[in-house]
Amino acid sequence: MKAGTLDWSTFRHQYLTRDRVLGVVYLTFAVLIWWLFFPNIEPGASAKFGLNIVTAVKPPPLPDLVVPARPAVLFLGFIAAFLGGWQLARGFREPQAVLGVILIIFLVAFLLWATAGKSFNLVGMLASTLLRAAPITFGALSGVWCERTAVINIGIEGMMLSAAFTGVVVASATQNLYWGLVAAVLTGGLLGLVLAVLAVTFRVDQIIAGTAINIFAVGLTSFLSQSWLAVRQDLNAAGNFKPIPIPVLAQIPILGPIFFNVNIIIYIMMLLVVLSHIVLFHTRWGLRMRAVGEHPRAADTLGINVYLTRYISVTIGGMIAGLGGAYFTLGSVGRFDEVMTAGKGFIGLAAMIFGKWTPIGGFIASVIFGFADALQVKMAILRIPIPSEFLLMAPYIVTIVVLSGVVGRALPPAADGQPYVKE
Amino acid sequence: MTAPEVAVEAQPQPPVRRAFWRQAFQALLLPVLAIVTALLLSSVFIIISDPEVVALWREITVAPGVALAASWEKLRLAYRAMLEGGLGNPALIWQGFQTWVTTGDATQLVKSLEAIDRTLVYSTPYIFAGLAVALGFRCGLFNIGAEGQLFVGALAATYIGYSIKGLPLVIHLPLALAAGAAAGAVWAAVAGVLKAYTGAHEVVTTIMLNYIAFRLSDFLLTGPMKRSGFNPVSPPVEESAWLPKLAPDPLRFHSGFFLALLAAYFVYWFLWKTTWGFEIRTVGANPDAARYAGISIARNYIIAMALSGALAGLAGTSEILGVNRFMAQAFSSGYGFDSIALALLGKSHPTGVVLASLLWGFLRAGATRMQSAAGIPIDIVQIVQGMVIVFVAAPALVRFIWRVRAVQEEGETIFTRGWGA
Amino acid sequence: MAPVLELRNITKRFPGVVANDGVHLTLEEGEIHALLGENGAGKTTLMNILYGLYHADEGEILVRGQQVDIRSPSDAIALGIGMVHQHFMLVPVMTVTENIILGAEPTRIGPFLDRRNAAKRIRELSRTYGLDVDPDAYVKDLPVGIQQRVEILKLLYRQANILILDEPTAVLTPQEVDEFFEVIRTLVARGNSVIFISHKLKEVMTIADRITVLRRGKVVGTTTPAETTEAELAAMMVGRTVSLTVEKKPAEPGDVVLTVENLHVLDERGEPAVRGVSFDVRAGEILGIAGVQGNGQTELVEAITGLRAPVGGRIRIKEVDVTWSSPRHIFELGTAHIPEDRQRDGLVLSYPVRDNLVLNTYYHPPFAVGFRVQGEVIDRHAVRLVQEFDIRTPSIYTPVSHLSGGNQQKVIVAREFSRPIDLLVASQPTRGLDVGSIEYIHHRLIEKRDQGCAVLLVSSELDEILALSDRIAVMYEGQIMAILPAEEATREQLGLLMAGVRPETVQEEGGRT
Repeated sequence: MKAGTLDWSTFRHQYLTRDRVLGVVYLTFAVLIWWLFFPNIEPGASAKFGLNIVTAVKPPPLPDLVVPARPAVLFLGFIAAFLGGWQLARGFREPQAVLGVILIIFLVAFLLWATAGKSFNLVGMLASTLLRAAPITFGALSGVWCERTAVINIGIEGMMLSAAFTGVVVASATQNLYWGLVAAVLTGGLLGLVLAVLAVTFRVDQIIAGTAINIFAVGLTSFLSQSWLAVRQDLNAAGNFKPIPIPVLAQIPILGPIFFNVNIIIYIMMLLVVLSHIVLFHTRWGLRMRAVGEHPRAADTLGINVYLTRYISVTIGGMIAGLGGAYFTLGSVGRFDEVMTAGKGFIGLAAMIFGKWTPIGGFIASVIFGFADALQVKMAILRIPIPSEFLLMAPYIVTIVVLSGVVGRALPPAADGQPYVKE
Repeated sequence: MTAPEVAVEAQPQPPVRRAFWRQAFQALLLPVLAIVTALLLSSVFIIISDPEVVALWREITVAPGVALAASWEKLRLAYRAMLEGGLGNPALIWQGFQTWVTTGDATQLVKSLEAIDRTLVYSTPYIFAGLAVALGFRCGLFNIGAEGQLFVGALAATYIGYSIKGLPLVIHLPLALAAGAAAGAVWAAVAGVLKAYTGAHEVVTTIMLNYIAFRLSDFLLTGPMKRSGFNPVSPPVEESAWLPKLAPDPLRFHSGFFLALLAAYFVYWFLWKTTWGFEIRTVGANPDAARYAGISIARNYIIAMALSGALAGLAGTSEILGVNRFMAQAFSSGYGFDSIALALLGKSHPTGVVLASLLWGFLRAGATRMQSAAGIPIDIVQIVQGMVIVFVAAPALVRFIWRVRAVQEEGETIFTRGWGA
Repeated sequence: MAPVLELRNITKRFPGVVANDGVHLTLEEGEIHALLGENGAGKTTLMNILYGLYHADEGEILVRGQQVDIRSPSDAIALGIGMVHQHFMLVPVMTVTENIILGAEPTRIGPFLDRRNAAKRIRELSRTYGLDVDPDAYVKDLPVGIQQRVEILKLLYRQANILILDEPTAVLTPQEVDEFFEVIRTLVARGNSVIFISHKLKEVMTIADRITVLRRGKVVGTTTPAETTEAELAAMMVGRTVSLTVEKKPAEPGDVVLTVENLHVLDERGEPAVRGVSFDVRAGEILGIAGVQGNGQTELVEAITGLRAPVGGRIRIKEVDVTWSSPRHIFELGTAHIPEDRQRDGLVLSYPVRDNLVLNTYYHPPFAVGFRVQGEVIDRHAVRLVQEFDIRTPSIYTPVSHLSGGNQQKVIVAREFSRPIDLLVASQPTRGLDVGSIEYIHHRLIEKRDQGCAVLLVSSELDEILALSDRIAVMYEGQIMAILPAEEATREQLGLLMAGVRPETVQEEGGRT
């Protein structure tokens, strides 16, 4: 028997099946576009997309983008159908990326249908996407920092909630938003430290430890907000960070208002995404973190302190979650409401998984969730015939779909969730 | 061939069977210490919840006695309110009993029993929901979604309860109960199916399903299931679907309590006396070995999740059919989340869950009284809960605090797994 | 001159056992000192103490005449001590460079990694020592032999000169072992000193300058290859004379029980692991599958037992096509499986012995009537098996996690052998066991064969294969290189086959030896 005589076609078998399924999925989207949207648009109606937002800094105004809705939807359907046909006949090298393209096409068609005969501020929505992606991004980054050293952090939600609370209280009490920000970061860091003590030193089941932090945070913030903030309203009125336009950059049409005229927390977020990436993949510390997450015993035998590494990164992860918490109060509404994080920490975890445990991947995933969230709000404004409750479900449904690995699965750090027992 | 064969792996051999009492003591010691620790720490929060007491503490250097006395008084009031709210006043109960025996007038007795009544009524959904989470744990699944399953269960039971009219109780009540259980089961099974076939972690999916359930409930109660009028509440449930009451007004004790005990027995029987239970426990304890033994992991994930959801659904159903008799938007006060602490405290064993639920019913009844009598927000229960979860899940921490020596645990209980499928 | 390393009176106790009991050991400069002992004799514990992973309860360590206190691997590394662990300490998803520099990373401008410089140094080192390896390759893509080179480079990169090699040959073919010994000799020639841990007598006789034998945590004696024989070493190691061969009658093969035809199986990562394997096993014979671990044996066994779906080919058990059958269907046909990783697949460690004894028969009468589990029947069954298979356990209610490795394996054997079977698939059945347990398991396997059971034995221990098999198939990179009658097979021939040398060439080589 010789190696050359192998029948390799057998191995292609299962890939072929998946390719066909994807091809059919693409075609289904084409049909959906034609069937759901095309007939429901008034003939001749056009969709008007605004490309300017009203802010203090005004980039040179752009004319509105006016698209004839019906032909455009028809055309988008054709593209989807073509991609499906191509997939069935020849196959794509990266079918999952194509799936992403198809989803975007579907969304654009949906927007055209919803906007037909009306006008819709596109840049406004993209700007709001970034804002809504912010807490999710912080959640995802927090998750990356913790899980790269193999500590699962389910408690991000609770850390955010607590930080949102202390942030607003300290900012109100000191009349200084920056002190509030510091307090929020410290709160997150403290809870991260608690998680580290429980998970690393006492080897508590990490998911249970995180859940305890969540329940505790909900209880404590609600308790204190009822016993204190109800009486002292002045402690729950911090105001919020105002957008800081960056000279020149803020003047760039479309990009300027989205990225370069935001408040400090959003700038910190963008900075953290880049910084986390560099630390994780290009520094000594990152290499050690990843080794601890993949093979703690190997790291230990090379003289790396596994426990200390985990303590430090989980605490940093907590601090990042704290920044996310600060966004809820200081970065947006300026006051604390009970249970105001509404699952964003968990969505952040989903974004981390979707982003394959990388900072940049996590950020991109968060933007997708943020988009779903922003879309839901804008759709309610456009008064489309879908009950608002169902639109509100959108981010959660997207999370489930993404987690189910429709878009491909990645492997978590090999030791994720396992306590390390030094022999 | 003599021991120790693999020297490093060898472990001390535990005694064959311990005496019953010692075993019971060992089993109860840590949970009790965990609760005591949590209550002690909560006292701190009780003290800081009162701005006046805190103000006195600011002057601790000037008048230390005053602050201490005020704190002590605050705690005394708080815990007395808790005891009275959860158990009632024994003297009054005895008095009421005597009056009833001598004069036949039960009003006084009934009134004195209100506290216990409240404790038992609160425990009922706790037992169901605690069993739900415990059953999940036994299969290695962490069902954080009991709250959402409880909502959909309640919605389904309510719908069956008000929409069908003119049925006799023997048909209508079981039908409503079945609807509640089935709805919860289906809702949870979604997470089970996703876990089984795609590896999506149930912790995140069940939480997302919670939010979806809440929105669904908002939608139904403001639309299709809304009763005429201003408030977003459902029409009242027909009397034929009520869980029969077992005590005179104003007591609310209903047959749901015994149904919950029955469910606890069922879970015990199912897990330890049937082959299905053996499969579920094996998958929970070691999925690889389960696969080796020919047990389908996917099937058991789905079954366990569905059963867990059914129990959670029954928690909502028993509240609707036994207490509220209609559905409102904020009808559950976090029973689903509390159940995690119950399952942990009860070591995922039905008996333990029942005991923990009774305790929680008492805490909640007591906390309600603490809020009205001592002005302490009811969320104190959640704080206690968070700490109890930590202490129960970290026996080493409790041992560390109380300096209790470690005893060899007989086979560890496995609760959850990481992200991997 | 003081020895490079001296261990004096090292004692280490674990709850319930003394792992090292007053151990003395000296290592001279430029010496290869073999530490011989069977599994569980305390060799690894001793070395972990030396490497700072454990701390000794008593005793002292001297490095180059200086007394030292080694509290962590960092201390050991600083003293020039390096260790290649039995289970490789490599991060699969990282590159060779990243693995080697981990913990001693060269950086430039602050904390940033200097990968280029590191790779350059690694290239230099591999040239100097003849350890060829691509610094930019990912470890997960490398064969185990190369991974071992990475481990050694890790030590050299840290300029270690006391090298501890813990069972380094377990993953190598006999020829690779020879090459590896050359590497060790080069290392020693360049001034390093080596502690070579093994339980294989032949290797120790070949490579060592001195041999120290450990038994139950105590030093039995120190000798040199010239002064001793294999049989003498074996007796020192086990504490009694051991017969190095297994007594067995000639096989009486009957009908074909298992047929595998052109089987293709993918591994976890979707790469082909078994590539067109065909063979059959008859009743009353043992077919041994030899090969270095990681050449598709695991996937082959998983496919046969229904744990992994093949992507091509056919598997038949007693004329029934079971290619895509469930594990349950397959063992209901009378197949028993002793899994490779007993703690992961074969047992539920938190379950008591009694439940583990019915792990795959719990639903069958008499253990269950309908869906109701019959507790008493299971208890009686457990009591009987514990006695029959001599399982040392305090009670049938004791969790198997409390049992020793040998007794855990006996629980599996008892469970699998207590029901009527026609096919036995045994994968690495004696890995990590002591000599007594190994003899017991071997005896039971032969007994099953003589009862007319078809046995498929997968083992990476060539001695085990040679001792038990009636026919031997050698697996290399997912293919069967050849199937030979056991009486015709020689170690050298099998070794070449395990290294992927084709049968034609083997015959020539075989003729020469």
